Amino acid sequence: MRAFARLLENLAFAPRRTAKTQHLLRHFATQPDPARGLALAALTGDLELRAVRPTLLRALVAERTDEVLFAASYDHVGDLAETIALIWPGPEHGADASLPDLVAELQAASRAELPGIVARRLDSLGTSERYAYLKLATGGLRVGVSGRLARAAVADYGGLDLAEVEEIWHGLSPPYTALFAWAEGAAKPASAARAPFRPVMLSTPTDPDALRALPPAEFAAEWKWDGIRVQAVADGGVRRLYSRTGEDISAAFPDVIAALGFDGVLDAELLIRRGAAVAPFGDLQKRLGRKGVGARMLESHPAALRAYDLMLWQGRDLRAQPFAARRAALEFAVAAIDHPRIDLSPLLPFGNWDDLAALRADPPHPVIEGVMIKPRASPYLAGRIKGHWFKWKRDPMVVDAVLMYAQRGHGKRSGYYSDFTFGLWDGDALVPVGKAYFGFTDAELRALDRFVRANTIERFGPVRAVRPDKVIEVAFEGLNRSTRHKSGVAMRFPRIARIRDDKPPEQADRLETLLEMLPE
Amino acid sequence: MGGRFLPCTRRARRYLHGMGAETVNTAAQMLEYRPEGLFCPAGEFFIDPVRPVPRALITHGHADHARAGHGAVLATAQTLDIMAIRYGADFAGAQQAADGPVRLGDVTARFVPAGHVLGSAQVVIDGPGGRAVVSGDYTRTPSPACAPFEPVPCDLFVTEATFGLPVFRHPDPGAEIARLLASVAAFPERAHLVGAYALGKAQRVIMLLRAAGWDGPIYLHGALERLCAYHIAQGVALGDLRPATVARGRKGDFAGAIILAPPSAFAATWAQRFPDPVIAFASGWMQIRARARQRGVELPLVISDHVDWPQLTATIAELDPAETWITHGREDALLRWCALTGRAARPLNLVGYEDEAE
Ligand SMILES: [Zn+2]
Ligand SMILES: [Zn+2]
Repeated sequence: MRAFARLLENLAFAPRRTAKTQHLLRHFATQPDPARGLALAALTGDLELRAVRPTLLRALVAERTDEVLFAASYDHVGDLAETIALIWPGPEHGADASLPDLVAELQAASRAELPGIVARRLDSLGTSERYAYLKLATGGLRVGVSGRLARAAVADYGGLDLAEVEEIWHGLSPPYTALFAWAEGAAKPASAARAPFRPVMLSTPTDPDALRALPPAEFAAEWKWDGIRVQAVADGGVRRLYSRTGEDISAAFPDVIAALGFDGVLDAELLIRRGAAVAPFGDLQKRLGRKGVGARMLESHPAALRAYDLMLWQGRDLRAQPFAARRAALEFAVAAIDHPRIDLSPLLPFGNWDDLAALRADPPHPVIEGVMIKPRASPYLAGRIKGHWFKWKRDPMVVDAVLMYAQRGHGKRSGYYSDFTFGLWDGDALVPVGKAYFGFTDAELRALDRFVRANTIERFGPVRAVRPDKVIEVAFEGLNRSTRHKSGVAMRFPRIARIRDDKPPEQADRLETLLEMLPE
Repeated sequence: MGGRFLPCTRRARRYLHGMGAETVNTAAQMLEYRPEGLFCPAGEFFIDPVRPVPRALITHGHADHARAGHGAVLATAQTLDIMAIRYGADFAGAQQAADGPVRLGDVTARFVPAGHVLGSAQVVIDGPGGRAVVSGDYTRTPSPACAPFEPVPCDLFVTEATFGLPVFRHPDPGAEIARLLASVAAFPERAHLVGAYALGKAQRVIMLLRAAGWDGPIYLHGALERLCAYHIAQGVALGDLRPATVARGRKGDFAGAIILAPPSAFAATWAQRFPDPVIAFASGWMQIRARARQRGVELPLVISDHVDWPQLTATIAELDPAETWITHGREDALLRWCALTGRAARPLNLVGYEDEAE
């Protein structure tokens, strides 16, 4: 456990991807099976434990510390597991326990036993191990290591091809003894699982200047729909829906799974679609991250696929084929599937880049966030490879707003006023229209923090109201009507694009300007 | 307010003892809070004022406590020296080094070590109302770089609460230095840059390195040189210190080296002159992961020159004052603790003290 705790510390503070990989490689090389495989599973989120819920932890800590002191501490630290690890009346240097033993204990624990087990462990472990144990038990490691980075480190460790590791990953399970054996020279494990995930092809951003150098005739273009990119797999009766990072999201979308009556792999956008009408992203968000979904939600928020590409079809791997050939196969396949929940993402007609620019500037639908540009000759390649697929996003919408409130940040921003509420003029009053926590540079954050501290006019707990003196340019991706907001609208993905110190507050935008940006 | 709060007979007795005088009859009346800072009307002086005043008593040389431009300054000889190093010899109209009790109006003031930085002191004020102790910044973690904190039982204790939350439990500083040395051993090709404030923290870190057996050279950013030289002149054996200047094209000279710099140097291009540096930072704030990540610190070292929560609460329990005033930091949590333990306490919400720079 000490080695795992040290790994988490190192990963959390390692500044670069390469440094994180180094720490992972060292861990895989020095730790035995099954400890290293369990650590890998913990990082990739594949460790099946009876999750220790925050309410359980709060109850345990409430028996040991004053409620007000705990609340003040949690507010300052910003992370529940870290707060508990620090405040728990246990030793600084404690006894050690092996990671496999701790995992086995948590896996075997009944719901009734769990609080006692967790408390006993917290009493005996040292500070750093308490933190690692709590992160493990709650399942939220958040050390800046994605499942993909962890898998890439295993590939690196054994000199294996990452795409090959990704392909067999869903057929493997913790503690990955066969995978580490493969990395250390044994035979590749057979892909036991049906309907595995295949690494998806990603795009790089482009702009008019970069496009000018490219011959338009060699490219196809299509809308970039504002849903989430998915991979729909049907393989010998097994059906799965994966996010583009390979997370299995089938459970949340039984309506889509029901539509996968074919044998193949589609690359598609997942959308909420009522008849022909595609709903805004906010509707899709309501169905994401669920373990299951009720009948009423299925009816009010029906999901659908809009197909971009065909990777496999009836046992044939099409990925080495050029885009043009795969597209023809895709059109045939979608017609053959013939299901109302699966349609085709249309190709856009254009003769030159100006035509495409005109289409992009005025998309026929608000649920379009730009265009995708794909060379007709490109094969389907794993990962984000420069020079193949391009995304040309629609410019964000912007308003100049006035800073109204600021709240002390959590986690990474604890200690700074980093959560900003801003407003627009309605008559001569400011109406709050949104909140932004990012978009600014570190230097801008410090400047905003200083402004907030020097211009506070009122304090309510962690929130400060500030003098309406600071204009910020807020960029956002879309706008929905909302009854929950005083302004009547909700911004999607708002962020602070710029600090407008050149602009006096009375010249900030008016609420009417924002309302005119609503779709319809 | 706490003056009416008489939880135990010992404290009550001290209160009654002071009742004789007409104007000043409790320790709590010996001090008041003004915009310039904490003021003692019976002695007509301020302690660590944030604006220029006619007469100031200064607890220690940190810039937020020791400011230039006062009419007269009374402080320890070392604090006066440090102020002269920072602001020039004429930083105040008149200077007096505290040497034993000094009579000021109706009260007597004396300076007692606070353990925070070289020259740091608590101001102990004895008057008709009893005894008030203004502790300035202090720690109970001993350091060979300065004299240790001396507890002085009192009626009114004025304390900081920089780390006044129960999550702040500073680990053994020796173990933190061991982590630094382990990293130096694991990455011999990388330079180790340790952020440490110029007065106190830098010398504390150097003495911890020496105690851990690191006899080699320690390299210093120019901003640390004068105060380190002053410590050596005052008898603190800092050992082999060298300037961290890189000759053209000789970056490799600093592989495996330990270099101390003020944290602000890391934001500048200064750090880039060293080979693939490991950025470390010695501060009590490093206990909070988010703080370390915010600053881009790869190796956080929890080394503080302030009291942590157990020390803070143990000190109040030990001194057992009738009343506790809290100058700056997390007064909300400490007030709560005082309430839970039946102690009278009051926040001063002093502005102008920098609780972040530790
Ligand atoms: Zn200080
Ligand atoms: Zn201070």
